[in-house]
Amino acid sequence: MLENSETISEYEPGKDLADFSSDLRSHRLTPAIEFRNVDLAFDDQVILSDVSFKVGRGETRFVLGGSGTGKSTVIRLILGLLKPDAGQIFVEGEEITDFDDIEMMRVRKKIGMVFQEGALFDSLSVYDNVAYRLHEAGAGDDEIEHEVRRMLRFVDLEDAIDKMPIELSGGMRRRVGVARALVGNPNIVLFDEPTAGLDPPTARTICELAIKLRDIEDVSSIFVTHEMNNLDYISSEYAIINQDGQVQYELADKTYCLINTKVMMLLKGDIWFTGRGEELKASEDSYIRKFIRGK
Amino acid sequence: MTFIAQFLFQLQEITNLLWRSIKGLRKKPRYFFEIVNQMDQIGVGSLGIVVLTGFFTGGVLILQAYPTLEYYGAQSNAGQGVATSLIRELGPVLTALMVAGRVGSAISAELGSMVVSQQIDAMRALGTSPVRKLVTPRIIALLITLPLLTIAGDLFGLIGGGIVARELHGLDMNLYISSVRTGTDIGALVAGVIKPIFFGVIIGLISCYKGLSTTGGTVGVGISTTQAVVVSSINIIIADFFLSKLLQTIMGSTLF
Repeated sequence: MLENSETISEYEPGKDLADFSSDLRSHRLTPAIEFRNVDLAFDDQVILSDVSFKVGRGETRFVLGGSGTGKSTVIRLILGLLKPDAGQIFVEGEEITDFDDIEMMRVRKKIGMVFQEGALFDSLSVYDNVAYRLHEAGAGDDEIEHEVRRMLRFVDLEDAIDKMPIELSGGMRRRVGVARALVGNPNIVLFDEPTAGLDPPTARTICELAIKLRDIEDVSSIFVTHEMNNLDYISSEYAIINQDGQVQYELADKTYCLINTKVMMLLKGDIWFTGRGEELKASEDSYIRKFIRGK
Repeated sequence: MTFIAQFLFQLQEITNLLWRSIKGLRKKPRYFFEIVNQMDQIGVGSLGIVVLTGFFTGGVLILQAYPTLEYYGAQSNAGQGVATSLIRELGPVLTALMVAGRVGSAISAELGSMVVSQQIDAMRALGTSPVRKLVTPRIIALLITLPLLTIAGDLFGLIGGGIVARELHGLDMNLYISSVRTGTDIGALVAGVIKPIFFGVIIGLISCYKGLSTTGGTVGVGISTTQAVVVSSINIIIADFFLSKLLQTIMGSTLF
């Protein structure tokens, strides 16, 4: 569904295979998102201090941490909704640190964002919410309807197409939020605590969507959360398409987390931990143990 | 932050918002249907209260002034008094205050709710400028509809004054109309239309700014809404004084 700009399918016969292969390797090696020594403070309160990390292509990066540790700030910086006091931010190799709002509009088109409560436009129906980006781009009615239905099918909510946001449950609102974020085939999707306040089965549905994006659509994503079960789902399962063309979720080997899922934990403006899910769980650090076990 | 620093900061932010909303007109999309929709909500939606306000203000002006005019034997000038005060002063100011109360509060509450529910962030994340999509159409709609509403308020004020003059004081309607025409010159009409244009910008800018700068959840929405109405109303009254003085200087009349 979501097609990255340079894939094997875009190889043109006649083009030098070595050059194409080199381009493709360079594309894959350019991080989707990169922070270099980013500082941010509000008055005297330090939010991020010398934070550096990279999110690779097709990688899901968990950002864990307690309330007020700057998790959502990371996402707001990527979207250009906040500017860092110092340091550099790159999106797909392009430095966006000093971009103004007009330049950021172009970058934001490459990024899908799923907000905590869905952040659906109350005055618009589900259809118009999902179609928002296409309406703004001036797409034709037929194209819009086709795309909206496709996205709503992806989140299994095609039946709710004519409903207003007020008629939807919390989980349905988040799923519409996911569908809206995926319109325009973004290469990067940012999740800001998408399962907060949801019951476990609904939270799992949102996690499955994130797995599907990672494994089937090759989308890079940042998944901000403070809920460990999100990490358990996404770092231990992977999605495949079975012989009937249906998406199927398989459990990875219990001793290893998936290579394209990494975890980063923030504390007091610093990156407290970075590594794989199983390394986080095996950590002896007292803060991490308290975070995982809740005591 | 001291009071003066806060005032200067807000003035800077509001000026910046005005500049960005003007810049928003230069590029597509220009949200024509959003402007029409806002004109309907602001203009047509406020017509009822403006007409009622104008009608009863005109009526009460005659009610209070007529006995004094009668004492001096100047009843025939009743219409002139109503026309002068309504068209030059009361019409624009009262209409603007009514619209500030009804529309300014609605704009601030709507934008404030969108801020606290992250809809403004979502809009920016989806590649849309909230200033271009939300602020510019509202200011343009106010610019167009407030002068029209003022004219409607003035007209119904004159009608209200006429009805009270005839029904309660037995003044001949032809005499009243003739007196109204004496009190209505081109300078008064121009001033009566220029002032609401400025008032429209004041209401739109302050309400949008207060809404978009909302912090602190639903309580913050309430605070922003109150501030939008209070600050707009005070600024309308202050601006009215300076506009009157400016128009007086430009048009060389002492009647503004």
